Amino acid sequence: MSGAKEIRTKIKSVQNTQKITTAMEMVAASKMRNAQHRMQAARPYADKIRRVIRHLAQANPEYTHPFLQEREVNRVGYIIVSSDRGLCGGLNNNLFRSVVRSMKASEDAGREVSVVTIGSKAIQFFGRLGANVVAETSQIGDRPHLDDLVGAVKVMLDRYEAGEIDELHLCYNEFVNTMTQRPTIERVLPLPAAEEDEEPRHNWDYIYEPNAVEALDLLLTRYAEALVYQSVVENIACEQAARMVAMKAASDNAGNLIDDLQLAYNKARQAAITKELSEIVSGAEAV
Amino acid sequence: MAMTMHVDIVSAEESIFSGTATFVLARATDGEVGIMPRHVPMLAQLKPGEVMVRAQGGEETLYYCSGGMLEVQPHVVTVLADTAVRARDLDEAAAKEAKRRAEEAISERSAEMDYARAQAELAEAVAKLRTLDKIRRGRGSNA
Repeated sequence: MSGAKEIRTKIKSVQNTQKITTAMEMVAASKMRNAQHRMQAARPYADKIRRVIRHLAQANPEYTHPFLQEREVNRVGYIIVSSDRGLCGGLNNNLFRSVVRSMKASEDAGREVSVVTIGSKAIQFFGRLGANVVAETSQIGDRPHLDDLVGAVKVMLDRYEAGEIDELHLCYNEFVNTMTQRPTIERVLPLPAAEEDEEPRHNWDYIYEPNAVEALDLLLTRYAEALVYQSVVENIACEQAARMVAMKAASDNAGNLIDDLQLAYNKARQAAITKELSEIVSGAEAV
Repeated sequence: MAMTMHVDIVSAEESIFSGTATFVLARATDGEVGIMPRHVPMLAQLKPGEVMVRAQGGEETLYYCSGGMLEVQPHVVTVLADTAVRARDLDEAAAKEAKRRAEEAISERSAEMDYARAQAELAEAVAKLRTLDKIRRGRGSNA
């Protein structure tokens, strides 16, 4: 059987691919650890700001911010967090599928939908889909900074304040563990009303500086930003975990492929030798 | 023994300080505020500047923070620090930039280009797989 040489070349090529996937797997594993670390580092801020907002709900504020007011929903905004790069399994697609489902439900209910995307995969997907993308941010890298996200978030907050959207949802992958990432759609605005707790309502209020409107505005803006930042960091951890798993599967597959090819190669080699031998023997007999 | 309060200084990206203190000095928009335990509840906007924390032993530590919020409860002080200097016009500019990028990405069809390239790559990969499959199947029938 001919093709022994071809098979050998193929084996080489698969081996090279395997080297790359193994390297990517290891890089993803270490990046995932860093991302998880950042995820934990971002938690205190979100916890603290949530505590402040809870205090605020218990107090007797002189002014109710629009972010805290429920209103009739005619228009819906989505902030969609995705990765910048591919090769991370079905991570982005799973998220997009659930987002599209939710968007469709909103549209069926007669609500207009506008979208802000974070990460280049999302802009590609929703741009092609023809969604109303009002802002985008990409190339955030592995170490996102809050400043990179401010612009995109502000666009949505402004729209909310201007009454162009009545509800804001945040879509990202929740990091459950290395093997599991869960697509999550979370309502950011209006902020969920504080649940009435058993504690007696205190009749006190803060001293605001410079004044209630500005202080609350700043606080709630920061809160929304913190939520988005947290989701971006979480999504990066998800991306690396998904990539690690995908690359592990690819390396394993490459291994199987090499085994099969090796077998094919050995057989081809054996067949060639046998053929040569029988030719020599029959040649000698003929003499 | 002096009264103490719990102080947390956090930014969105990390926790900066957490511990007990007897006195906190911060720069609010209307001037410096000094906070001792049992202060009335207060919510203040901070200017870029330092936050001074005096620990129980009288030891003073300075933290720089580029603006943010200060929340005071009788026994808890929370500083929500910004990660960078923020100003309304800067935020505005960032928002405009994000909008512009979205328009560009959609109108320029660069996304389409990426898609086309991805499709070409996919086609190539599929062809390779098919070849490999053939080789494998060829071996199977010979065996």
